[in-house]
Amino acid sequence: MAASLPSFSRFALLALAFALGAFLQAQGLLPAMASYRGDVVYLVRGHMVLAAVSGALAIAIGIPIGILLTRERYRVLGATLAQVVNLGTTIPTLAILALAMTVFGLGAPSAIFGLTALTLLPIVLNTAAGLRAVPRHLVEAARGMGMRPGQILLQVELPNALYVILAGIRTALAIDVGTVPLAFLIGGGGLGELIFTGIDLNEPAMLLAGAIPTALLAVLVDWLVGLAQYALVPRGVNPLR
Amino acid sequence: METLAFMVANWSVILARTLEHLSLVGASIAIAICTAVPIGIAITPNPRAANAVLYAASIMITVPSIALFGLLIPVLSLIGQGIGYLPALVALVLYAQLPIIRNTYAAITNVEPALREAARGMGMTTFQRLREVEIPIALPVIVSGVRNAVVLNIAVAAIATYIGAGGLGTFISRGISQTDVRQLLTGAFSVSVLAIAADLALLGAQRLLTSPGLRT
Amino acid sequence: MIRLERLTKSFGATVAVDHVDMEVPAGEVCVLLGPSGCGKTTTMKMINRLIAPTSGKILIDGRDTAGQDDVTLRRSIGYVIQQIGLFPNKTIEDNICVVPDLLGWDRRRSRARAGELLSLVNLEPATFLKRYPKELSGGQQQRVGVVRALAADPPVLLMDEPFGAIDPINREVIQDEFMKLQAALKKTVVFVSHDIDEAVKMASRIAIFRDGRLIQYAKPDDVLAHPVDSFVADFVGADRTLKRLRLVKVADAMMSEPPRVTAEDTLERAVALMEEHGHVSIVMVGPRGRARGVVRLDLARGRRGTVGENHEPLPGIVAVTDDLRKAVAMMFQHDQTWLACVDDEGFYKGYITQRGITHLLGATYGKS
Repeated sequence: MAASLPSFSRFALLALAFALGAFLQAQGLLPAMASYRGDVVYLVRGHMVLAAVSGALAIAIGIPIGILLTRERYRVLGATLAQVVNLGTTIPTLAILALAMTVFGLGAPSAIFGLTALTLLPIVLNTAAGLRAVPRHLVEAARGMGMRPGQILLQVELPNALYVILAGIRTALAIDVGTVPLAFLIGGGGLGELIFTGIDLNEPAMLLAGAIPTALLAVLVDWLVGLAQYALVPRGVNPLR
Repeated sequence: METLAFMVANWSVILARTLEHLSLVGASIAIAICTAVPIGIAITPNPRAANAVLYAASIMITVPSIALFGLLIPVLSLIGQGIGYLPALVALVLYAQLPIIRNTYAAITNVEPALREAARGMGMTTFQRLREVEIPIALPVIVSGVRNAVVLNIAVAAIATYIGAGGLGTFISRGISQTDVRQLLTGAFSVSVLAIAADLALLGAQRLLTSPGLRT
Repeated sequence: MIRLERLTKSFGATVAVDHVDMEVPAGEVCVLLGPSGCGKTTTMKMINRLIAPTSGKILIDGRDTAGQDDVTLRRSIGYVIQQIGLFPNKTIEDNICVVPDLLGWDRRRSRARAGELLSLVNLEPATFLKRYPKELSGGQQQRVGVVRALAADPPVLLMDEPFGAIDPINREVIQDEFMKLQAALKKTVVFVSHDIDEAVKMASRIAIFRDGRLIQYAKPDDVLAHPVDSFVADFVGADRTLKRLRLVKVADAMMSEPPRVTAEDTLERAVALMEEHGHVSIVMVGPRGRARGVVRLDLARGRRGTVGENHEPLPGIVAVTDDLRKAVAMMFQHDQTWLACVDDEGFYKGYITQRGITHLLGATYGKS
């Protein structure tokens, strides 16, 4: 979708951005926000580090679990685990972070654990869904031609599921980046510091200095993974091209 | 164990917070259904408009909830409603748009062309066709969109406690600030149960609303 | 050559394949035929061990397949399925080269071969090699599916209802193409089908299955002429005699060395020849023997003149290489009881009559 941005939406987005800018100017908030520039740069870096670490962990753990869920010999275990994962996605993010804190206490480990856990679930779900959607007859044909299970996975199943898997990663990373501010509450760094302090101090400029970059980061990550999806997925199975 | 004792001792507070939570989510979903379903139907004849609307709604849902609250507070404080119920409600209504619009649009466009053709051939007007054929067939999918929106909004409403909207998130925010595991667990547990219960209840509704002729 | 010895497969209490013994000679097409659930597909899938036999043996060229590594075995057997199963993520070229790549063949060699194979099934290599499966029609995809199975030049080919999903018109075309290919390549083919017409058309031998048992294994004409029981008779259809028409060539049913006249002959000579053979008409040939026209007894008798001045055009001609189905169709079409038969060059070779066809089909029934 990122690659084929409809012109109307692009226009609407620009109009919205302009309206926001005009509003901020009218309120005299822009200069005040500019005074937080140093903090923003520093916090964005911490924000991205936290998102990158938890995102990488979630991908590294989530894809293998998703693969495992769909293997024939773990079918019974897979069905049960899939139920658990499904239930997991229903649990609100704040609850997951709260649970992380009850285990690890206040600090970076809780933040990373909580973020990883909630980023993990969409990745697992989409990996499994993508692999399940690969038509059985392709696997049958691959087996009939003498591919070994590993070859079937790498040459047939994963390439054909890649689009859906990346869609999961895309959603998951956008959620990840967007939840980092909440992780501040349980001891993580990032832009949450400006947002929550801004709310507490009733300081709109500070709040916005945190909120606007947070929104932009989430949209940016979503867009970047969208580009990767366009570029990485083989042309024969890529609905975007 | 301690947590259990805390829950038993505070059951009336938990109940009040749950009702607060539900009323916020309920109001937002009621408004969202009134906007998103008509939008979803209105964009079906025009794929270009549909793309634009779905794109805008997907950007909307990508904006993190806490950032959206942050953006709404200064705007709504112009009318004296910067903190509290209103920004939370507005954010929840906005978030619920994408799941409901997307499912409505998909469900209506997926109605078999032959059925539409048959309805037209029998002399139904556009409105009659919607009421008699398209909406009844699309209803389960629309309800499943509402279900997604409800689960999403229960989660976002928990975060809304930080902008003064109350709800079950209050237990979590207090648990964090007071490093009180009892409150943390109470909040996490009750809000999770609420989400799961709402999910199951709406799944049941989805089954009930499926016309017997369409059940598999 | 493929030999099945007392091959059995049971799933729990149900016996899907029950002590099947059969032998497919090298270079022949064996069609496994029967209603769904009769065990034909299971039997085929045991040959490349996609399904492991419960008991019994499968020998390919005398080697027991049980002793071989499954993967190695499958790479030496071509496999075509009804859903085609081209990998959508790979180009046509890479799809064709899947097995050569698995076997570690030289890439340049296998790619060059992919192009040659494509042109064998009338697909232009320059156009198609770099395309993806979704850019091809169903018929084109299945041609690639067949070619892919042939890429590593396996001696044995397994085909699981390969043309079942293709529309009837294209199916005929692809069947014909495959038969041409097979005539050149002489693979040993095991072909699963539920379509008796397809079986009659493709098979050197037909194996009919019912409830996991092989109940008849014979040449197509034998199956049609002498079904072993009422099940087979019902399965091949009440019109099985008509189906046999397709199996017999005109050359085998015509009367050869027929009497003939030329344009210069007189009508008296034509009448004399007809009366001598007891015919009511006679074919006029050109100077080198091509069939040119016909003279009828009732019109020629008692008249004077030459054949050339009194002939009529031939009402219908069949080629000696056509099958009887075409001959009969043409008789009905032209309301004739006989037809002149010519070879590829148009030379008059003989004639075929309705009585002759009836007699030929009836003769084999008499045998049993």
